[in-house]
Amino acid sequence: MTATTDRRTEAVAPEALVTAGSSERVTRFPVRVVDLGLFVPGAGHLALVTMDNGLDHTRPTTLGPAGLLQMRAALDAVEALVEQGRVAAVAITGKPFVFAAGADLTDVTSITTRAQSLAMARLGHDQLRRLGELRGPGGAPVPSFALVNGVALGGGLEVALHCTYRTVSTAAARIALPECALGLVPGWGGTHLLPRLVGVERALQVVVANPLATNRMLTGPQAVELGIGDVLLEPADFVEESLRWAARVLTGDVVVDRPDHAATTSAEAWDGAVEAARRTVSARLHGAAPAYEHALDLVARARTDAGPEGRDAGFAAEDAVLAELLVSEEFRSGVYAFDLTTRRAKRPAGAPDPGLAKPVAKVGVVGAGLMASQLALLFVRRLKVPVVLTDLDAERVAAGVARVHGEIAALAGKGRISADAAQRLTALVSGSTSSAEAFAGADWVIEAVFEDLAVKRTVLAQLEAVVSPECVLATNTSSLSVTAMAEGLAHPERVVGFHFFNPVAVLPLVEVARTPATDDATLATAFAVGRQLGKSCVLVRDAPAFVVNRLLMRMMGEVHAAFDEGTPAEVADTALDPLGLPMTPFALLRLVGPAVALHVQETLHAAFPDRFAPSPNIARIVTAGLPGFWADGSGAQLDPRVAELLVVGDAPSTAEQVRERALAALAQEARLILDEGVVADPRDVDLCLLLGVGWPGHLGGLLPYLDRSGVAERATGRRFLPPGVASVPVGG
Amino acid sequence: MNAAPTTDAPPARPGPPQARTLRDVVFVDGVRTPFGRAGEKGMYAQTRADDLVVRCLRELLRRNPTLPPARVDEVAIAATTQTGDQGLTLGRSAALLAGLPTSVPGFAIDRMCAGAMTAVTTTASGIAAGAYDVVIAGGVEHMGHHPMGSGLDPNPRLVAERIVDPSALVMGATAENIHDRYPHLTKDRADAFAVLSQQRYAAAVAAGKVQADLVPTATRHAEAGWGLATADEPPRPGTTVEDLAILRTPFRAAGRVTAGNAAGLNDGATACLLTSAQTAQELGLTPRMRMVGFAFAGVEPEVMGVGPVPATEKLLARTGVGIDEVGLIEVNEAFAVQVLAFLDHFGIADDDPRVNPWGGAIAVGHPLASSGVRLMTQLARHFEERPDVRYGLTTMCIGIGMGGAVLWENAGHDGGDAR
Repeated sequence: MTATTDRRTEAVAPEALVTAGSSERVTRFPVRVVDLGLFVPGAGHLALVTMDNGLDHTRPTTLGPAGLLQMRAALDAVEALVEQGRVAAVAITGKPFVFAAGADLTDVTSITTRAQSLAMARLGHDQLRRLGELRGPGGAPVPSFALVNGVALGGGLEVALHCTYRTVSTAAARIALPECALGLVPGWGGTHLLPRLVGVERALQVVVANPLATNRMLTGPQAVELGIGDVLLEPADFVEESLRWAARVLTGDVVVDRPDHAATTSAEAWDGAVEAARRTVSARLHGAAPAYEHALDLVARARTDAGPEGRDAGFAAEDAVLAELLVSEEFRSGVYAFDLTTRRAKRPAGAPDPGLAKPVAKVGVVGAGLMASQLALLFVRRLKVPVVLTDLDAERVAAGVARVHGEIAALAGKGRISADAAQRLTALVSGSTSSAEAFAGADWVIEAVFEDLAVKRTVLAQLEAVVSPECVLATNTSSLSVTAMAEGLAHPERVVGFHFFNPVAVLPLVEVARTPATDDATLATAFAVGRQLGKSCVLVRDAPAFVVNRLLMRMMGEVHAAFDEGTPAEVADTALDPLGLPMTPFALLRLVGPAVALHVQETLHAAFPDRFAPSPNIARIVTAGLPGFWADGSGAQLDPRVAELLVVGDAPSTAEQVRERALAALAQEARLILDEGVVADPRDVDLCLLLGVGWPGHLGGLLPYLDRSGVAERATGRRFLPPGVASVPVGG
Repeated sequence: MNAAPTTDAPPARPGPPQARTLRDVVFVDGVRTPFGRAGEKGMYAQTRADDLVVRCLRELLRRNPTLPPARVDEVAIAATTQTGDQGLTLGRSAALLAGLPTSVPGFAIDRMCAGAMTAVTTTASGIAAGAYDVVIAGGVEHMGHHPMGSGLDPNPRLVAERIVDPSALVMGATAENIHDRYPHLTKDRADAFAVLSQQRYAAAVAAGKVQADLVPTATRHAEAGWGLATADEPPRPGTTVEDLAILRTPFRAAGRVTAGNAAGLNDGATACLLTSAQTAQELGLTPRMRMVGFAFAGVEPEVMGVGPVPATEKLLARTGVGIDEVGLIEVNEAFAVQVLAFLDHFGIADDDPRVNPWGGAIAVGHPLASSGVRLMTQLARHFEERPDVRYGLTTMCIGIGMGGAVLWENAGHDGGDAR
């Protein structure tokens, strides 16, 4: 090595990947020799390797550079045992409830060069593949067994894929290759081994389709059904019975008959499956997440990468892709998003001391409409306390209660809850036309009445007359001022915004809006209730439309304005496709409902007239009572009824212009949201978009994308996040 | 109650039997985990006691596939210390953990060293009376997790009012007291007996006899990873009387009881399958021995080790079987001197081949409440090898001054009269 060596291309030794001050939870790989003779006489001995990071199951075992070096030492020891003829096989398993949860991401941001990322890719390959390539003294293959006792994600599952055989516990959950969702590929052998093991279509399901479907995962039984596991065993004595099964395999009592799908599948079938998956990915992501394309390419070549040389070539191709992706912006955004949704979401910034929260033993819901019923169902399911719905009209009350009871019955019918639980929940939900009677003794009342300030002020004033002074009054308003709603109340300190996202049972975000008067006890109660409801709460200052709707409306407003000016519908609606958002602006409009969208837009226009303007064409659609622009929601053809109504200008924009305009508006609005202190930290803007509307990890939510695309600097003169937070630091 | 019957009255139920016939109870199968040394270095240091039980329950069911699990009427599991991983009504919680149907009940039971033996006799009584058809009985003691005496709060009256001698609560001291009572049972004899136990155990292992009823058991350790227990840890093969002569006597100065002529502190679990004779036939299970009778008896707590003597006398008197008709004896070796006292009483030689043919607890270990079923499981194996033997005895001493004894008849007895 000389001083002139370019650090970026020089080969990096694996040891150099272990950084000083690393926070990697180093996994150890103790090796023990166990006697299989009690299971089957003559089965001999086996080297049993355990992967264990020394922590309990809430902190799953992962594979980082220091851990992989431990694995190297352990496999050295195994090879010595094989060499000495002391063991006939090797098995690898995990600590209780966890096999291994994949690569360790805590230090991945310390990888800044392609040489480092290549070294990391190779280190994983070099160790994992040894499990599949053990040879005895005479050169005969030495079988390896993965005992998949629990969580097996990413690199963890790849450890199992390298083994000759796999036993899987019926209790194992979360078996998956989620790499693509993070901006990586399962490149420690996964793309090469899995399609050969289970066939190309099933492999694509696991490698591509499941990550695309909000990271769907497999259970143990599903993994065996799919062919990933050879045998399904019960958890009570999983290790013992796995070893018994291994003993039976070693003595020839059990023979596993598995075809190599690469040899039995035609080129047409194989490539056809890959191309079909490619079309699905492209239709969803429009190239915004390159990891998927790479994964498809790797799965495609797995068929022809036959034999030991093909295997080397396949693994080298995986290394090359990992080397590129590990230092890609999409991956860094993915890691940032992963950290936000798994860590920051659990420890909300700015939340008061949880000890201040008041107990909630009875809940009131003002209103008995669809939203009120959904809220009542969620509260009763999660809090399991009495929930009372109210409305002025007895028939509406009865219908609302019946709707909740019907949903509970449906859950029981699907086996999601037991009959006893259904009876318990049903008995807890009641209705009344008298709020005095209904809300006596309530600790939490949430209103879900029509979005009109005057109506809501009346509701709160009436509520205050009947509830205790401590009862929290929450509003599910999406855009109105909570502060204005609470004005004139005797106890405005117990009023808080508690904004759900539709459908409330599915989307995990609640924006908790604090007014200047809201006290800490009320706020703490809101966070506690949100947590009990299974939601992630983000604290926002009371401001029009808070974070999510304000940004969405700003973006939609620009797209609608471009349409109103004369941009063709298909151009306007697909202009943002290159971002790979979960749906187009017009599809979102249809989901929200044009009337609701228009209403929110009007509220925002009143607050920020220079940036938000209701679209006259949408107003026409609302007046006509139509559901949206597209005839069948598909994006192929304008609804002819809409076409008749439209009044459009003669100044069309290109897709690129629409995109630039919408992104610049998003950057400007996000900057204003931060400057106004609606949320204090840019990470909370991203957390809101990730959880509230499912914006993708490859964008990091939104702000990392605005930073890396240069939009942030062009539109606002500065970045949102410092380099390195959700991106590859410059000059690493 | 003489209400006139209505015309549409349901058919009369059969009603309870007016006179009961006792049913024969048979021992079908028994298993145990390998026994471990208690403590941080023992193989079960970080393995849960209830998991050891679960392992035995599942192995019994696996070995007897014609038994529908729902037919099990009771799961009785003994433990001396019923807290922590030996708490939560072990028989029931272990049954659930083992995957038995929720309809199968269970309980926990305690008679110190004779816990598993009492689980067997109690449930056997239920079978005989017609309350059960099929039971699983066993025991566990993780003496590493539950050291002897942990959590005890003896009533101060016990000693203040001389209800028991202060030495009665220290088992080693009670063994020294037996040496005092029977001076001819010398330390040399005790050591020789201990060496014989080690030798017989080693020979049985070498012949592959002990392994047949061992359940390979996974051991989990945070540092060492998963392992597999496949052999007993306590034995010290090759022990000589010279080795034993130099051991210290921890229970008193110039004493006779050492770690070498006593059972150690151990971890392990056992379980066995008992049914009525008719049920065994119905389910295609093979009885290996028939319970002839059982007895428990009390003695002064400070010499608890002589408990097997009155227990066996009582049992023989009740069953009308003479000690000379008993061809095999499995006596628990809590202490060598206590076994010698038993043999001496019945005029049996210290090295009689009928007694503990595969060695005993001094070699293999004594995880308190589990040991009773180990004696029975081994006796069943001895019976298979010796169809000429008709009767066999399992007996053991019990802390706080008791003895227990169960007499068994060889189901494979060929009419011979070996004694």
